[in-house]
Amino acid sequence: MVTNFFSILISGIFVGGAAGYLGSLMLSKKMTIIVDPLSHLALPGVALALIFQKDISLGAFFFLFFGAILIWFFEQKTKLPTETIIAILFSISLAITFLFLSEHEIEEALVGDISKIGKLDSLIIVFISLFVFFLIQKIYPKLTLISISEDLAMAEKIDLRKYQFLYLLSISAIVALGVKFVGGLLVAGLTALPAASAKNLSKNLKTFRFLSCLFGILCAIFGISLFQFTGYPAGPLIVLSGFLIFLISIIFKK
Amino acid sequence: MKMAETILKVENLNVKLDDELIICNLSFEVKRGEVLTILGPNGAGKTVLLKTLLGIFPFEGKIEWKKGIKIGYVPQRVPFVKDFPISIEEFFKLKTKNENEIKEVLKLVGFKESFLKKNLGELSSGQYQRILVAWALVGNPDVLLFDEPTTGIDISGEETIYQLLERLKKEKNLTIILVTHDLSVVFKFSDYVICLNKCPICQGKPKETVTPEALSKLYGQEIKFYEHYHGH
Repeated sequence: MVTNFFSILISGIFVGGAAGYLGSLMLSKKMTIIVDPLSHLALPGVALALIFQKDISLGAFFFLFFGAILIWFFEQKTKLPTETIIAILFSISLAITFLFLSEHEIEEALVGDISKIGKLDSLIIVFISLFVFFLIQKIYPKLTLISISEDLAMAEKIDLRKYQFLYLLSISAIVALGVKFVGGLLVAGLTALPAASAKNLSKNLKTFRFLSCLFGILCAIFGISLFQFTGYPAGPLIVLSGFLIFLISIIFKK
Repeated sequence: MKMAETILKVENLNVKLDDELIICNLSFEVKRGEVLTILGPNGAGKTVLLKTLLGIFPFEGKIEWKKGIKIGYVPQRVPFVKDFPISIEEFFKLKTKNENEIKEVLKLVGFKESFLKKNLGELSSGQYQRILVAWALVGNPDVLLFDEPTTGIDISGEETIYQLLERLKKEKNLTIILVTHDLSVVFKFSDYVICLNKCPICQGKPKETVTPEALSKLYGQEIKFYEHYHGH
């Protein structure tokens, strides 16, 4: 039981919605899987933030962004497959995290801890979520075209690098917020599950985008309510709610 | 009859990608209303040439489009995402917000309006290619760059993709630059042909240019390789 339930719920609704929406874009780019290793890159940032008692999302965001650029740099330099590079950075991130954090802090970094979210945090979270939502809204058509065909996109004089950068920025921001809610281990579920469920029920992009966002919000509402009533950690409950929606979506799959 | 205006002039074009020379010393001109075919074996640099003309790849030499020319592009084998949740209408709206124009280009390639609600993944490969042609026609281009039209016949026995291009050329006064390794296309459909295998092997009017000698020169290496391979 927490007293700041409404701050948490409101924050969750906004983060869930934005994460679900982003997930729909990632699914069409076949990129949902990348959130998982990327979120682990955030862990050293979370560790640093915990040590210096700063906001963990802040630490996560900088490390994610730094990590993404590092991936890009190693890729250019070594020509190794992206998965290999991510795997390397992933284990290094975990190593650093385990080296510096106490057991309790590790738990917080891995599965999140929302009990500390206050009114001000909530306000900041809502603001960032909205910003990311509108950013995604803006880059959605161009990124969809890029994911259908890079050739078509380039012929349309779309600046691929610019859009990929904005895309990465959105992912970093959402993962950073998500780490606070569900932790570094589960944040992939926050983006992948709503989108996967939405895809089962959609034949066009409009429905897909809408449902993705809606399911993200529902996951947050269910998960956080269950957390309030049962006292189990919110992160796993949010992700399991997402899985429940996914199972239901399979029954109604078109 | 008035001489048709030149809309594309290419001089001493050289394209290098990752330090490998893909296209060497290519020069040609295209006049409005012409059909230019680029013929050559796989890996001859045909697709690279189209993309270079579109401004996607860096190059040395000169590529001069007439000012204000609009280009439509039909790429080869767009990775066909069977289960991508996007309707045909939404696919077109990635390029234009003008609904009338979308209906118009759809009609041009022979589809009814009701097609707009269909999912992109429901199309046959022939229909899909037509949709890509329609997509390229959005914005009313003067030139169509077409990478490897497939010659497969639709089950419904609709007009072939070449009949469609022929019709579009007349109705819209289109100039067409297309890439193929299909000889019949060159003879039936083109005004001008470039045989390309990194460097141009021959170029000119199809009947005068595409001789058995030129062909064996163009595809020669491939044939030799094939015989060698079977010799073992």
